[in-house]
Amino acid sequence: MLKFPIYLDNNATTPMDPRVLEAMLPYFSDKFGNAASRNHAFGWNAEEAVDYAREQIASLINCNPKEIIFTSGATESDNLAIKGVFEMYASKGNHIITAVTEHKAVLDSCKHIEKLGGKVTYLKVNEEGLIDLKELEAAITPQTILISIMYGNNEVGVLQPIKEISALARKNGVLFMTDATQAVGKIPVDVEADGIDLMAFSGHKMYGPKGVGALYVRRKNPRVKVTAQMDGGGHERGMRSGTLNVPGIVGLGKACELCKNEMESDTQRILKLREKLETELLKLEESYLNGSKEHRLPHVSNISFKYVEGEGLMMGVKDLAVSSGSACTSASLEPSYVLKAMGMSDDLAHSSLRFGLSRFTTEEEINYAIDHVKEAVTKLREMSPLWEMFKEGVDLDSVEWAEH
Amino acid sequence: MAYSDKVIDHYSNPRNVGTLDKSKKSVGTGLVGAPECGDVMRLQIEVDENQIITDAKFKTFGCGSAIASSSLATEWLKGKSVDEALAIDNMEIVEELALPPVKIHCSVLAEDAIKSAINDYRVKNGLEPLEMPKSHH
Ligand SMILES: Cc1ncc(COP(=O)(O)O)c(C=O)c1O
Ligand code: FES
Repeated sequence: MLKFPIYLDNNATTPMDPRVLEAMLPYFSDKFGNAASRNHAFGWNAEEAVDYAREQIASLINCNPKEIIFTSGATESDNLAIKGVFEMYASKGNHIITAVTEHKAVLDSCKHIEKLGGKVTYLKVNEEGLIDLKELEAAITPQTILISIMYGNNEVGVLQPIKEISALARKNGVLFMTDATQAVGKIPVDVEADGIDLMAFSGHKMYGPKGVGALYVRRKNPRVKVTAQMDGGGHERGMRSGTLNVPGIVGLGKACELCKNEMESDTQRILKLREKLETELLKLEESYLNGSKEHRLPHVSNISFKYVEGEGLMMGVKDLAVSSGSACTSASLEPSYVLKAMGMSDDLAHSSLRFGLSRFTTEEEINYAIDHVKEAVTKLREMSPLWEMFKEGVDLDSVEWAEH
Repeated sequence: MAYSDKVIDHYSNPRNVGTLDKSKKSVGTGLVGAPECGDVMRLQIEVDENQIITDAKFKTFGCGSAIASSSLATEWLKGKSVDEALAIDNMEIVEELALPPVKIHCSVLAEDAIKSAINDYRVKNGLEPLEMPKSHH
């Protein structure tokens, strides 16, 4: 039985796995202790649960449990990493390198750094969404303290060459931070093999709860420290104060454990479903896959349907919960900055849909989605003057559009 | 964003989607908007010798409100005289479709399209084009 709307927006957030919820529940009631309470069993139990979660997480990303700093989510982790490194390494330099397609949590943290007098280089990407390693190397100066490049992009799923980037960072004595929110739990992420010094990720993108995430901070080769951005009781080795969110942390731990155990089978199944979705939708004339086909997360597909407008399309696919690269309200006629950075024209960016699959997506849902999207696109094209002009062979770039 | 029932109705069952023969002297065509703005509307009217609009068709690339605005406009245009058509104000469309403030420009686009179609008809028939008072955005 299909339930509507069908949820295909798993890059925005995932449903929580029932097994995660089950693991969390006792920590809302009986086991309510503060993990920092040293004098009684309530505190010890909470601390034990947090330590266990640290191990579950460490095992997924191949680090030491002590290298996990709990936060409220990837936004906070990104902020802590960038602002914290900027403060901690001020005597070494003040230059940070990032890319234009990063999440706003990274970009806006970098903007903040610039206001404080720091220098930031924003690397461009090519039409596949990939940065250029030569450009990255050329941007490194003696003042550079941090390279922050995301693992997998949230809009198109493109995977950056993480190992090559970290090798460049190492060679130049620069720290490497990655926002791996979309990647952790979905593909093998190994901080040792990948050469990562700091890494942000979040519970709610991997079938865990919202409001909890972590920052991995390397302790050896090199030993990395970040200046706390929140003052208080000195929790999390002094890098993030605040009473730990024990139920959330237990949930994040459980989510990591499940991802580790089920990643391979989940990925194989999801890849098959995505392949089917893509093959069918790309059969529609003038539809395009956005971003690198090859270097990509397994659970996302971003497709543009030329000559139909995104918001109208969203309305046409009302049985699906997906997201669109367009935001056509007169106030902000801004197509996605990620698609724009990849050199896509505004009209193609406006016509894009992002499909995000999950562990819970079924073949029945994908079949329905295929028919539903095809029907909506066909109907809207019959209504689209641009489609008619295209069919008549009119070059739309040569048309003089009425000023409005 | 929640759409009104009327917007949903016009979007799901658009009236008068189609194309009139733009080479005919009796047909006026208005094409407004631009693809990079995310909205393009084409509205056509056919006018008889008594200056009565006998047919109206539209095609729209845009959001649901833009589609509904143009669909509604074609319904209203049929049977009106050209002068009556000129008097259609975008705020009437806003009211009829219960458009929220961020969607007002979709109705402006429809008003522009009506005026622009009338102008095209006028020019084709040797009349002066009218000033376009309102402009989108
Ligand atoms: C790449 C990326 N970074 C950061 C975030 C923010 O994560 P959170 O919601 O946990 O703050 C998201 C989610 O929107 C994301 O996709
Ligand atoms: S056409 Fe731009 S929001 Fe309606």
